[in-house]
Amino acid sequence: MNAVTSKREPLLRLTRRDGIPRPQAYAIRVAGVLLSLAVSGVFIFAVTRLNPVAVYQGIFDGAFGTPRRSWVTIRDAMMLLCVGVGLAPAFKMKFWNIGAEGQILVGGVVTAGFMRAFGGRIPTPALLVLMAAVSLLAGCVWGVIPAAFKAKWGTNETLFTLMMNYVAIQITSYCVALWENPVGSNSVGIINQQTRAGWFPAVLGKEYGLNVILVLLLTAGMYIYLKYSKQGYEITVVGDSENTARYAGISVRKVTIRTMAISGAICGLAGYITVAGASHTISTVTAGGRGFTAIIVAWLAQFNTFVMILISLLLVFLQKGAIQIASQFNLNDYASNIITGIILFFILGSEFFINYRLVLRSGKEAAK
Amino acid sequence: MTTDLIVRLLQSAVCFGTVIMYGAIGEILTEKSGNLNLGVPGIMYLGGISGLAASFFYEFNNPDPSPVVCLLLSFLAAFLASALGGLLYSFLTITLRANQNVTGLTLTIFGGGLANFFGGSLNTMAGGVGQISVAATSAVYRANINNVSNLGVVGSLFLSYGFMVYLAIAAAVFLSWFLNRTRAGLNLRAVGENPATADAAGISVTRCKYLATCVGAGLSGLGGLYYTMDYIKGTWANDGTIESLGWLAVALVIFATWKSLNAVWGSYLFGLLFWVYLIIPGLGRKDIELFKMLPYLVTIAVLIAISLRKKRENQPPAHLGLPYFREDR
Amino acid sequence: METAVQLTNITKRFGQVVANDSVSLDIKKGEILSLLGENGSGKTTLMNMLAGIYFPDEGEIRVNGVPVTIASPKDAYACGIGMIHQHFKLVDVFTAAENIVLGLEEPGGLDLKAASAKITEICGKYGFQIDPGKKVYDMSVSEKQTVEIVKVLYRGAEILILDEPTAVLTPQETDRLFDVMRNMRADGKAMVIITHKLHEVMDVSDRVAVLRKGRYIGDVPTAETSPQALTDMMVGHAVALNINRPAPKDPSPRLEVKGVTVYDALGVKRLDNVTFTANSGEILGIAGIAGSGQKELLEAVAGLQPMAPGASIQYHSIGSDAGAPGEELVGKTPLQIKQMGVSLAFVPEDRLGMGLVGSLGMTGNMLLRTYRKGSGIFTDRKGPRQLAEQVKEELEVVTPGVNFPVRRLSGGNVQKVLVGREIAQQPSVLMTAYAVRGLDINTSYTIYNLLTEQKLQGVAVVYVGEDLDVLLELCDRILVLCGGQVSGIVDARTTTKEEVGLLMTRFQKEAAQS
Repeated sequence: MNAVTSKREPLLRLTRRDGIPRPQAYAIRVAGVLLSLAVSGVFIFAVTRLNPVAVYQGIFDGAFGTPRRSWVTIRDAMMLLCVGVGLAPAFKMKFWNIGAEGQILVGGVVTAGFMRAFGGRIPTPALLVLMAAVSLLAGCVWGVIPAAFKAKWGTNETLFTLMMNYVAIQITSYCVALWENPVGSNSVGIINQQTRAGWFPAVLGKEYGLNVILVLLLTAGMYIYLKYSKQGYEITVVGDSENTARYAGISVRKVTIRTMAISGAICGLAGYITVAGASHTISTVTAGGRGFTAIIVAWLAQFNTFVMILISLLLVFLQKGAIQIASQFNLNDYASNIITGIILFFILGSEFFINYRLVLRSGKEAAK
Repeated sequence: MTTDLIVRLLQSAVCFGTVIMYGAIGEILTEKSGNLNLGVPGIMYLGGISGLAASFFYEFNNPDPSPVVCLLLSFLAAFLASALGGLLYSFLTITLRANQNVTGLTLTIFGGGLANFFGGSLNTMAGGVGQISVAATSAVYRANINNVSNLGVVGSLFLSYGFMVYLAIAAAVFLSWFLNRTRAGLNLRAVGENPATADAAGISVTRCKYLATCVGAGLSGLGGLYYTMDYIKGTWANDGTIESLGWLAVALVIFATWKSLNAVWGSYLFGLLFWVYLIIPGLGRKDIELFKMLPYLVTIAVLIAISLRKKRENQPPAHLGLPYFREDR
Repeated sequence: METAVQLTNITKRFGQVVANDSVSLDIKKGEILSLLGENGSGKTTLMNMLAGIYFPDEGEIRVNGVPVTIASPKDAYACGIGMIHQHFKLVDVFTAAENIVLGLEEPGGLDLKAASAKITEICGKYGFQIDPGKKVYDMSVSEKQTVEIVKVLYRGAEILILDEPTAVLTPQETDRLFDVMRNMRADGKAMVIITHKLHEVMDVSDRVAVLRKGRYIGDVPTAETSPQALTDMMVGHAVALNINRPAPKDPSPRLEVKGVTVYDALGVKRLDNVTFTANSGEILGIAGIAGSGQKELLEAVAGLQPMAPGASIQYHSIGSDAGAPGEELVGKTPLQIKQMGVSLAFVPEDRLGMGLVGSLGMTGNMLLRTYRKGSGIFTDRKGPRQLAEQVKEELEVVTPGVNFPVRRLSGGNVQKVLVGREIAQQPSVLMTAYAVRGLDINTSYTIYNLLTEQKLQGVAVVYVGEDLDVLLELCDRILVLCGGQVSGIVDARTTTKEEVGLLMTRFQKEAAQS
């Protein structure tokens, strides 16, 4: 009578894996990345007819070819990382903060505003602290608004935070028009170009040294916060099961709002680092899509901020390389977004093989 | 305020609204199946660039392009490329069960990258110089009755648009009929509301989701096509406009409370809110930027209102954004 | 009478657990068959195999004498089998008619008018009342059930299976349902009603088939049996378990629960004026059919369940004067109760959903009760880690390490982690819901011993159980819940299984008769 059973069982069946040894999980992810690199190589070859080895040479050259390029690569990786670190607590709580882009922008806008207003009037170190404080506050407000509505009335946070991005973009456009310099350029120009007031100073002789130090401190701090602090523990519990949180006497509402305040504040600080530490100007592209890319970084790293360092570096490395190749062939920068997309698609797809396994009809397991 | 100015405002609102209407009705179809596809901007990019590229190569190789071929080529290319984007999203989220939000955002990055890359480089790759332009195809998309015979204000208001403006309304009406009056539509809505129930009723949840997402993406992509062919007259600009319009389309879905007929007037209202500064005298350029915030603020207000009122008909599909795996039940 | 369905030697396993062990059963046309058994006896599993939800591992199903394979609900409908599940499968925002035609592949377009007419016709035939245009979210539970039944009839089902249909109904609604069932019987339909309520069995069915622990015990015509005889078939003979039960130690009131009434989110009364006292140094058992209010009762005490006005839960701390008023717990949050110095341990039924954090390891879960300790911003992990190691060793938790996510542990090990943690906080009140569910015999005894140990230390232990044999041998007193009411509190040493069994169904019977 077993024949009856097998007759109806499909050829391939899915079952959830109860857990997979960590090395194997990483092996699957690495395989995904390698596959994606191969596909990206094919794409670049199709467009440029470069041989694949030359392609990757070009990419490496674009990212690390000169000390200057290396530093820009590191700087951009740090900014992406900073946003990812900011998103980590929200996502760990299973709060879909799609609004990092807006949180970065409001942080950047207030930084630029204070830089213009107080540059030269108060000493740069004091101004830097002041700008950091206001950018934290601005990002915090931007994060708390949707969180408060979610906590109180269950308003959908994914869509709310998404809309907040565009409110922030329009505020930025408004400020750009307000602070236009020179008039008619439709940009703010480099703020305090002569005096460098409110700019990050060079640290250890490196222009972006302070960026790196700040972000790495945040990364380590967030790691410790999430893993060892009482609040971090509460975030884990709320993200895992709200019922368990209530059982343990944790106020889900309070934790939601508090966590988003922190998340928004760090994203706001990322805006500060971008404006005061890198671009010294403000525009609607200051966030540059990092708010979105960082979601993917945080998600893929499963909220482990140290893993985020690796993912950020990998993404920025490939982006810079793609830009280099594109410019060699008189094509444009957007090639990097294509490569980013391809890699992310593959990494996303590879998660499937970590969480599920295919079972053949005979009961034997298919590969992976 | 002159009549002329108001007519201009309304025309602008309709053109603007049409772009996001396509995006929104495609996304409504997708979301009704329970898939929250945040890749709409990317899909609209794909639609825009594919339509443009198809007609560009055709016009590039034919000195005397036929309008019918121009139209068919660009339209089909746009729809198919966008549907392919939807297929990619479906494969990742439905078959491989990747997270919907993350996959959608990746699709937006990817689609935007692909479109802007080729949009900026098509001419270079084709060996030409200067900006890409497909005058012949654009003319087909922009042809309207009002140009043929001047019908005064009525003509300017209702008949001065290319065919895609009317097609969008037709599509919205058709979608509303499909969702509410057909078996397939009923089944589709059940999948988005409660896939376990749909599954138990013998509906193939996977097939439903795939179809809705791919066709929905195809529809959304037409928004990109309308933008490139009609709105910016058959050219390309790497200025990120499609992306911001794409997010507005996502906002419009909420504003319309997942009903495609609401999306018709909603899209024009968004257009009106976006362009209303045209008729307000004495605005500086910076004030205009604040006015452009209105559609988003209105959407937030709607979002809060529906979560407060909890009217069941206005809620998102109950299973929106969640994966379905039969063995989980 | 003609046989509609014939099940032969059906076996179904879930991992190590045998849910149905070679069950053979006939279902006949024009007859109402009661499928009777305790929770976990395999009734629903057996019927789910007819409905296409599960597929049998072994055995044969014949419908109208023809062997069939039923791999999906669709196949079941094709065989004329329709099952009304306990959890309704309805789309909330659809109307009754839309739900009923959902997924049908009839020729022609969607014609809700024609469908409504057909629905009205079916309703008229069997005596249902239903508005085809009403949305499901506006419906009462009973109306939803009606929609489910009509859905099945609309698809032409000749064999209807109802899984505990009365669990959610008022007595009046139950009567109406039974009338409809009798009408359908008269129409020649075959019907199965899954239940564990004896009076309903006696009331509505023609024949009773009894399952116990996955095995088929037998079947009898209803007219030839009595509730007493059925109880014996259902629960079996009392089994001596030899659980060590010392005398209560200086019992004095610890928790005085008075007038606790709880309504759920849908406004259904889950607890009705419950009053009892839990003494220190004794184990108070709580018996009852599943869903009689056990969960709500424990959650109410733990501060997790809003109560109707008039409730009082007084807590008498250790060493307080016997006559002195206790501290009021009603209206306090779990955190406030804890801050009052009340050490309340609670092992909830939904272990991973409520008591534990699945993504964390044992250490992380030990932390749940104590993470607030100390004034610093960091958690102290040393204590919890030691505790985790200790629990792992003493309760023999099988885990690769104390940081291995508990979600990936087996059910028994998950339970040990939870019980271990709750006992470790040296409670003055210990409440457990189904503490040994899913555990093997040895581990169960470990848990019994732990509870008894707690009792000897002067803890007031509340033990919600489903196995009457255990309740009789482990507890000092047994409180029986029935439909949210206390139907009796008996001395566990002198009572009998039969007495408790009858108390478990007492009020339903009275209500049904009233």
